[in-house]
Amino acid sequence: MTNAIPQILPKSGFPRLIEALRAHHYRIVGPVVRDGALHWDEIAGVEDLPIGWQDTQQPGQYRLERTETTTWFGIVHGPDSIKRLTFVPREPLLTIERKAKKVTVTPQMPEPTPTALLGVRACDVAGLLVHDRIFLQGRYADPYYQVRRDALLVIAVNCTRAHKTCFCASMGTGPRAQSGYDLALTEFEDEFLVSVGSEKGREIIELLELPSASPAYQRQEQERIDACAASQVRGLQEQHRLPQGLYEVHEHPRWETVAHRCLACANCTMVCPTCFCHTVEDHPDLSHTRNERVRLWDSCFTPQHGMIHGKNFRPTIADRYRMWLTHKLASWIDQFGVSGCVGCGRCLTWCPVGIDLTEELHALMRENVDQATP
Amino acid sequence: MKAVKTSIPGTRQPRRPRLAVAKFASCDGCQLTLLNLEDELLAVGDALEVTYFPEASSRMRGGPYDIALVEGSISMPEHARQLAELRKQARVLITIGACATAGGIQALRNWADLESYKRAVYPTPAYIQSLRTSTPISEHVSVDFELWGCPIDKQQLLRVLTDVLAGVQPFLPAHSVCLDCKRQGHPCVLVAKGLPCLGPVTRTGCGAICPGMGRDCYGCFGPVEGASPGPGIPPNTASLSDHFSSQFHLIPVELVRRFRGINGYLRPFREESHAWESSNKDSDAHR
Ligand code: SF4
Ligand code: SF4
Ligand code: SF4
Ligand code: SF4
Repeated sequence: MTNAIPQILPKSGFPRLIEALRAHHYRIVGPVVRDGALHWDEIAGVEDLPIGWQDTQQPGQYRLERTETTTWFGIVHGPDSIKRLTFVPREPLLTIERKAKKVTVTPQMPEPTPTALLGVRACDVAGLLVHDRIFLQGRYADPYYQVRRDALLVIAVNCTRAHKTCFCASMGTGPRAQSGYDLALTEFEDEFLVSVGSEKGREIIELLELPSASPAYQRQEQERIDACAASQVRGLQEQHRLPQGLYEVHEHPRWETVAHRCLACANCTMVCPTCFCHTVEDHPDLSHTRNERVRLWDSCFTPQHGMIHGKNFRPTIADRYRMWLTHKLASWIDQFGVSGCVGCGRCLTWCPVGIDLTEELHALMRENVDQATP
Repeated sequence: MKAVKTSIPGTRQPRRPRLAVAKFASCDGCQLTLLNLEDELLAVGDALEVTYFPEASSRMRGGPYDIALVEGSISMPEHARQLAELRKQARVLITIGACATAGGIQALRNWADLESYKRAVYPTPAYIQSLRTSTPISEHVSVDFELWGCPIDKQQLLRVLTDVLAGVQPFLPAHSVCLDCKRQGHPCVLVAKGLPCLGPVTRTGCGAICPGMGRDCYGCFGPVEGASPGPGIPPNTASLSDHFSSQFHLIPVELVRRFRGINGYLRPFREESHAWESSNKDSDAHR
């Protein structure tokens, strides 16, 4: 499916795509500017897109600005990956009620509206596939995630501009969306190249009867995406030595060094498209007859996360940062068969003090090599 | 912990647990949170017998009490004695708010000369009975649970009462404001606007109100993970203030003020303000 010839969708014809999505009963959620950052929100039409806006990102800093350009998808991304729509921050699970000694348990299943997500970056599509492995495989598929996931149609946008924080190229997840999308767009000045990634996507795009792109056009598309990959300054070059390499540096002094900077604030885990830690809370009422059980985003940086009866087995910031990085980049591979990092760079940008996990990994692994060399 | 279940002496007829709400040096705002419960107020009245609550009723009855909510800091000579008496009468003592839990904004006088304040404010300073310092309740008696905030959050108040009545450890998370800020989807004012937000070192509980209004948190729920964390345990105030200094160009006096606020007397914030005060600081001296 993915090797079918891409088609040309002129920007002036974009409302037809929106109509086609509506005809298939999708609401459309896209990137929207609010309070100085990009968010996912329902859009009525093209006019709600952040046309002409751009972001700049560096460790610990994010800024939006209006530019002279008329680029529609000029902002690479905001703090929210698409996990906010599938693995929601607060998921009511069930209610438990007690009436006259009888206890009733009522599951609270979400009933999501079919949603076309417009403008998903390659790293986020990759993140979604990581979550699919976590939530949907094996005997314990998560029904809450499942229904939200099934309601999604993913319209990716391939990147032609990267930030200093991006390193999808080194993770093999971008800048071109690899798989897991229904449609993928590449933006040009006056049109988009549209690639079909699934049967659902084909059904939509067929309605539009678009012309195919010439080989020259396709080459131009590839050049833009390649240039974006080439512009990326960061990477996880040590990837091939993982997971083992990180297990070997469990006692490295660098964990203490980074703990002097790390605030254990949890921002990195909140913005990461693959972090999936959650806590389950009971919210009883004062009369102790009704209880709401909810699932909330959690993080390995919180004090509760390492708490067992009477003791926290990860009390220090160094313990917690090591837990995070080692799980993300190493034991994740043992557990799920892929890295827990898709190279989106969000944890660098949204870390209040700009801690850069690529730099931390370099420091941990480089010095290890030095130590090993006599 | 045992459930707070009671019965009328000599009978098996249950009576409602008795609640006292007392105050020391404070503005009464935290007690008002109880009255502001509105939707839940009747349920509170069903669950508890309000025995002593001068803010709400002039019918003040003596102890013993099953639960005492204590607002305010210890600031006058007679406070310590009154508090000791209250502690004897109360099975479970819960401090409410920054004054009771941390000494409050009035603890700023702990850095000042009390006598000069008295002379500056009062025509007859001799009439003023005041301790040199304002201190949290926990410096004087044992405290069972602490509610943070200026003022406290009404959902947290309700939760602590619900849990104490059920006989379970109250659910009071100690993680950062940031986690709830992100759960709610607020854009980070520190990263996206360059504001010196204290959310990363501040304890959750308020629901990230200030970032939700586009403002930086000023730490009114006190330090994350409590008043006396050990070495290497959050809050990492040093890293955050170094960032404010080097990236946002806050000068030492601004950093002192940042940490010396409503919860300024608590050790993690107190030590951070001291570090910047004693600096005018060459940065190595600072840890
Ligand atoms: S670890 Fe960081 S760079 Fe990697 S996917 Fe998560 S947020 Fe993105
Ligand atoms: S790495 Fe940064 S974002 Fe993550 S917990 Fe530490 S300070 Fe917070
Ligand atoms: S705005 Fe403040 S509380 Fe919210 S994530 Fe940023 S630093 Fe944390
Ligand atoms: S955001 Fe900070 S200052 Fe504002 S109410 Fe919450 S804890 Fe207090």
